[in-house]
Amino acid sequence: MSEKKKSIATVVSQDIISVGIYSMWLSFPKEQDVAAAAVPGQFISLYCKDGSCLLPRPISICDINKEESSLRIVYRIVGKGTQEFSELLPGDTIMVVGPLGNGFTPKSGKSILIGGGIGIPPMLALAKSLSDEVSVVLGYRTNDLFLKDEFVSYAKVYVSTEDGSAGTKGNVIDAIRAEGLEADTIYACGPVPMLRGVKAFAEEQGIAAQISMEEKMACGIGACLACVCQSAEKDAHSNVNNKRVCKDGPVFDANELLFSTEFGK
Amino acid sequence: MSTSVNLSVDFAGVPMRNPVTTASGTFGSGAEYSEFVDLSALGAVTTKGVASVPWPGNQTPRICETYGGMLNAIGLQNPGIDLFLKRDIPFLKQYDTRIIVNVCGKTPEEYVRVVERLAEEEVDLLEINISCPNVKAGGIAFGQDPVSVEKITSQIKDRAKQPVIMKLSPNVTDIAQIAQAAEAGGADAVSLINTLTGMKIDINRRTFALANKTGGMSGPAVKPIAVRMVYQVAQVVKIPVLGMGGITTAEDALEFIMAGATMVAVGTANFHNPSATVEIIQGIEQFMRENKVADIRELIGCVR
Ligand SMILES: Cc1cc2nc3c(=O)[nH]c(=O)nc-3n(C[C@H](O)[C@H](O)[C@H](O)COP(=O)(O)OP(=O)(O)OC[C@H]3O[C@@H](n4cnc5c(N)ncnc54)[C@H](O)[C@@H]3O)c2cc1C
Ligand SMILES: Cc1cc2nc3c(=O)[nH]c(=O)nc-3n(C[C@H](O)[C@H](O)[C@H](O)COP(=O)(O)O)c2cc1C
Ligand code: FES
Repeated sequence: MSEKKKSIATVVSQDIISVGIYSMWLSFPKEQDVAAAAVPGQFISLYCKDGSCLLPRPISICDINKEESSLRIVYRIVGKGTQEFSELLPGDTIMVVGPLGNGFTPKSGKSILIGGGIGIPPMLALAKSLSDEVSVVLGYRTNDLFLKDEFVSYAKVYVSTEDGSAGTKGNVIDAIRAEGLEADTIYACGPVPMLRGVKAFAEEQGIAAQISMEEKMACGIGACLACVCQSAEKDAHSNVNNKRVCKDGPVFDANELLFSTEFGK
Repeated sequence: MSTSVNLSVDFAGVPMRNPVTTASGTFGSGAEYSEFVDLSALGAVTTKGVASVPWPGNQTPRICETYGGMLNAIGLQNPGIDLFLKRDIPFLKQYDTRIIVNVCGKTPEEYVRVVERLAEEEVDLLEINISCPNVKAGGIAFGQDPVSVEKITSQIKDRAKQPVIMKLSPNVTDIAQIAQAAEAGGADAVSLINTLTGMKIDINRRTFALANKTGGMSGPAVKPIAVRMVYQVAQVVKIPVLGMGGITTAEDALEFIMAGATMVAVGTANFHNPSATVEIIQGIEQFMRENKVADIRELIGCVR
């Protein structure tokens, strides 16, 4: 009850970290415990002031500062909503709902964190939270390697680029094979084709994998059934082979997911 | 100062604390939104359409944003009546609010099966969706022709234990005629509008924004059409009207009420502001105080 998760956040800082990519720290009212409740892999919904943009914009949590009660997001400008966010200045406020969804479940042992494109930011919060041996594999299109340097203190970092301008030419799986990386657990976030590849790779190698999914959202809290993905088993909530990315995810055990094109059952 | 104002209404024989409910499909069965609003503050909760068996719904993308609105083609994904009765009704019973169950089906028999299952349940009203534009069979097919509207209404009324609200499609030539057909079939009330069929093209991918190609449009952009239709219907039927379509603020809700709606539903606005429903109720109350309206019934259909 009572607006538990709805807050007015204040912009602490806003920095351009690459072409069209911004990093923003948001601070939350102390009594709401938004940062205290947040775990890597969860997201927040940001609401636009422009009334023509009705729907919340889901953005992953990139870093968590519990002492300052603040969260960091890193986002790319793709349309009107992210454009509006990029124009916010320190001291400005924005309506936020979150933290939302289920994050990653940290496991002990060796891990490989895989981030593709704008799926890279949530892997930073995760890299910081893991203590055992961590390798991070970041997939980019070109040699605009945003956020890469920030991973260095927490993990061994490997890169793949589609154009071959840095690291392994190809995709993240090509980089893992080229470097001969091994792990007990894989954690991944990125575009669906990449995630499909990660699931297949994890199955081939017999490694457990946690995968963060993306889908268009309307409510962001599990009520409207806009954001579903196909699940291998009948889901307890939906009673069909669909899970809600916003509520049951965005992070799923790879075994829970089906990446086929045949929908539902 | 704080003179008390009366927001309660009688809707098809059911007393409501206030005239505000949720629009089916935008609020689930209330569980998720109960973290943002006190469900007991609402006149009623209207649940997502439920069928006799689970439906998987359409492929994704199921929604997209449009200027001041959105398109959806969820395809009536629902867990089926068995799980709904076991889980969702007991959940809602914890709150002091009315329950309106929205029913969908592909054939008249399927609607009737759900309605019969609901007969012994503690639900207050049934809302029959004969206007969903996003499923191939059923839905809108029943709602676009007055003869079939009257027929399915009377088939459902034969079996229903609770008062029946027929939910009308705006995708028709003459909404007043459809509403009269529902009334003739024995409907206790009508609700409108369901979504308007629309389309969006993703010019970068050169394809449809929705997997279903078309979707139902909702949100503030459709409000003037909805107000017009509620007004037209209220002029020609004696049964009460539940008005919806783009209601985002108390002012919007008051437009519908003045146009003739006894109750209003808040849908897409929940996505823009999860506490929209209670803010709208508070806003209506404030408007009444400021304008010295002692009873909401003075406003219902006051614009003729
Ligand atoms: C769980 C999750 C986490 C995300 N994390 C990040 C992140 O950390 N950084 C980042 O830059 N982006 C992230 N995204 C993508 C981000 O939500 C979109 O880029 C953003 O919503 C675009 O809004 P817009 O108004 O600028 O674009 P527009 O294209 O104008 O948006 C129109 C509508 O489409 C939706 N939309 C557009 N692109 C996407 C997309 N890729 N995924 C889901 N909805 C979309 C918008 O929310 C809006 O409703 C994430 C998406 C999801 C689902
Ligand atoms: C995501 C979504 C799902 C919906 N699902 C249903 C449904 O299951 N049954 C139904 O009768 N109407 C459904 N509707 C229609 C709404 O109840 C309402 O009639 C319409 O959206 C107009 O109101 P609004 O502009 O306030 O949203 C749905 C609308 C949306 C946006
Ligand atoms: S966005 Fe509504 S259920 Fe996920």
